[in-house]
Amino acid sequence: MSGFTVVQSGSAPGLPTPASPKNVPHRGGEANPSAEALKAQFGAAILRVDVVWGETNVTIDPARALDIVRWLHDDPSQSYEYLSDVTAVEFRDRGLPIEVIWHLRSIKYRRFLRLKAPLAKGQPLAIASVWSVYKGADWLERECYDMFGIVFEGHPDLRRILLWEQYTEGFPLRKDFPLRGRLSRAEQLRQALAANPEARYSMEELSIADAFQELPLDMRARIRGGESTGE
Amino acid sequence: MGLIQSPTPSVVSVDPVNSEGWITTRLDFLVNWGRANSLWPMPFGTACCAIEFMATAASKFDLARFGMERMGYSPRQADVLICAGRVPFKLAPVLRRIWQQMPQPKWAISMGACASTGGMFDNYAVVQGIDTIIPVDVYVPGCPPRPEALIHAIMMLQKKVMKDRMSDSAARVEMEPDPTSQLYIPPSRIDKLSEQFGNSISQTRSGQ
Repeated sequence: MSGFTVVQSGSAPGLPTPASPKNVPHRGGEANPSAEALKAQFGAAILRVDVVWGETNVTIDPARALDIVRWLHDDPSQSYEYLSDVTAVEFRDRGLPIEVIWHLRSIKYRRFLRLKAPLAKGQPLAIASVWSVYKGADWLERECYDMFGIVFEGHPDLRRILLWEQYTEGFPLRKDFPLRGRLSRAEQLRQALAANPEARYSMEELSIADAFQELPLDMRARIRGGESTGE
Repeated sequence: MGLIQSPTPSVVSVDPVNSEGWITTRLDFLVNWGRANSLWPMPFGTACCAIEFMATAASKFDLARFGMERMGYSPRQADVLICAGRVPFKLAPVLRRIWQQMPQPKWAISMGACASTGGMFDNYAVVQGIDTIIPVDVYVPGCPPRPEALIHAIMMLQKKVMKDRMSDSAARVEMEPDPTSQLYIPPSRIDKLSEQFGNSISQTRSGQ
């Protein structure tokens, strides 16, 4: 047994070493070209550009968030077709603003860009929804609203997605939320058991009745037959 | 054989002289024996315990040896509810509804630390023990329990079934929750039971 050559996984002779935590600096390095393009396009709305572990974070003015995301999506030189995630971060230092974060990916140019919009404390947590650009933002923004209470203005159906709609204890990922919730265990259980598992549809979903004439024929037949749910 | 057909067809009598093919036993024993060895489980798997439950049901551990090869995915054709995994509060009314749909006699196994006590999920979202929602017969410790542990629990449940007495109907009475709060046990007791589990003892609620 001899003659083995150690080959780093993912590497091949003559090609650049793939990015890994071993060869990418923590801070600094080459920024995503989109950061410069954003600065040229939006100027003062781009607050900061950081390169962390080889990924580019662009901090933006929350008031211009929708314009920036729309431009990144629409402009042929950027072409960020894919929205990976919408989330938020609240820091342990309560004085720091809450950051709303978008993960954008350009399949055409193989780029990844992280946008951050700081929302100051003490003001209503509201920011424009990017649903009009990426339809996939629908549930991501609902989850962000559910956990942080950030209101995405322009979202078509902003309501809780993981917790039930009658949940009264607040927004669980906020730092001022106690891990066990605000109510006693018995009260939490009482409220949970009082919920009707069948009645989980919003008024928007129930408005399917308004669109009855546009439904497929078989679905119309089932609804007309008075089909019930389970029980 | 031992049967003598009497002139009236609805009456069956036994010829005591020819006892071949007959055994005498207590009806209790016979019924319990039948029940204990053909418990049909209703798997309610929500987390990693369900993986161990699948291993238990698969060929290596072979739950079928205990008469449980028939998984009742409908609660109406099931005898044992096996709750494998954590139950969030959002799922609590669903678990309660499934339990209420099961016909008597019925039993429940709480499989794993999360189902029994909330386990490490001592947080705002997880029920601190499913015994606050439904009555539980056997608790299985472990995170997750090994298949042997679940089999042991099932054997314990079989022993419990064998001890059932037809004259004692109290065991088969459907427990009705309190109509206003929908709870089986008093709220103060739920709070007391819930407080000591989990890893966030120092975490206090706002306003306390």
